Amino acid sequence: MLNPQLTKDGKLAHLLTLEGLPKSILTEILDIAAPFTEVAEREVKKLPLLRGKSVFNVFFENSTRTRTTFEIAAKRLSADVINLNVSTSSTSKGETLLDTVDNLCAMGADMFVMRHASSGAPYLLAQHLRATGRDHISVVNAGDGRHAHPTQGLLDMYTIRHYKKDFTNLTVAVVGDVLHSRVARSEIAALTTLGVPEVRVIGPKTLLPTDVERMGVRVFHDMREGLKGVDVVMMLRLQNERMQGALLPSSQEYFKVWGLTPEKLALAKPDAIVMHPGPMNRGIEIDSAVADGGNAVILPQVTFGIAVRMAVMSMLAGH
Amino acid sequence: MTLPDAEQLIAALTEQIRPHVTADTAMVGIHTGGVWLAKRLHAALGLSKPLGVMDVAFYRDDYGKKGLHPNPRKSEIPFDVAGAPIILVDDVLYTGRTTRAALNELFDYGRPARVDLAVLVDRGGRELPVAPRFVAHTLETPLAPTDSLQLEEAGEGALTLRLIHA
Repeated sequence: MLNPQLTKDGKLAHLLTLEGLPKSILTEILDIAAPFTEVAEREVKKLPLLRGKSVFNVFFENSTRTRTTFEIAAKRLSADVINLNVSTSSTSKGETLLDTVDNLCAMGADMFVMRHASSGAPYLLAQHLRATGRDHISVVNAGDGRHAHPTQGLLDMYTIRHYKKDFTNLTVAVVGDVLHSRVARSEIAALTTLGVPEVRVIGPKTLLPTDVERMGVRVFHDMREGLKGVDVVMMLRLQNERMQGALLPSSQEYFKVWGLTPEKLALAKPDAIVMHPGPMNRGIEIDSAVADGGNAVILPQVTFGIAVRMAVMSMLAGH
Repeated sequence: MTLPDAEQLIAALTEQIRPHVTADTAMVGIHTGGVWLAKRLHAALGLSKPLGVMDVAFYRDDYGKKGLHPNPRKSEIPFDVAGAPIILVDDVLYTGRTTRAALNELFDYGRPARVDLAVLVDRGGRELPVAPRFVAHTLETPLAPTDSLQLEEAGEGALTLRLIHA
């Protein structure tokens, strides 16, 4: 089957997931992002690449950071940005997803940045655009259900490369609520593709997918054991809003066993970096002393996220 | 066609520029050949402001047709552009589109006092109203559009010109 993300000549047409994307494209995105980081230091923080293009941020699920960084990225590329908070709009009046999209296409959309609570919604959109002969319009998945959050995965890879230079000698731990995390899936896919020799997943059995080993990771149910000697700690947010039923005793209990404290972090390498996709639950999955400490690179992640999103958008708009 | 010796041209270009250098003069090279050339000129002229480098990939006018150029590099302008007299350096001047892109990028850093263009070779074929102030060599017969003329590193810091017929 044709990879729906790639054009016939192997270029990026949509960014839907990091699974199945070749290493060469992942590396190309990171390479292109690097010079974009410098734009923030100029008097005029704008490049003309997307001048005259309309980018529609279509968010069927709430988000502040992701939507804002996509908006800044598009604006730094000189695009016109239209933000739609669809959760409070037409769909609540009964319009279908594809009808909403067709209406936005009629308004002259060149690119959709889409977040949706249902896994696969951005695929549906990309297929619909292809089936209706609108291949020039690209789709960026800004998070779909529990499935994928590719730009978060990419900005995490950018951050790791920035601090650690090389992927092929690292031990990386992904910690916490993997079950509900689209971020974790994108991170694991990218880490594996980029050649990280050891990816560990650390969490309670109730918050790990049953077939997690099939993702090519080492599984630890003891956080102290799992953190020993790691170069990178990627924390995940405890997603209370997606939990049905009692997966956890209490958040205090969770912090005691699975929270990243300075004492647990001391088991990792001394120069280990600590990452978190945000928003952080201080005192639940991460101690403030770690979040604000010298190993944390959580705010640089946000800054790099803008450059990475600029890279993705400029690759898509020029395909 | 025999190409002139790049090293002799660099020496000639240096002497052309030298009388116009002031204490404020800054220099920016355009990737890739322009940066190599600018490094040589910058050192020979003893400019006090650090050399700037630009990759104009994000300002090119063929992005809509060709997409993003692969492997863009960081632009670094380590001096205050506002109010500075700047010499913009490229190896070969052709259509003038790279110069146009470079000027646009430069102005996003500030408003320079003036910008002069210095090139090693003018190969003809201009498509925009762009003229160099300093030029070491002008080809008598413009090259065919399929020809590519570029500066290359010849080892031990030396530079050489190369003509490629497509």
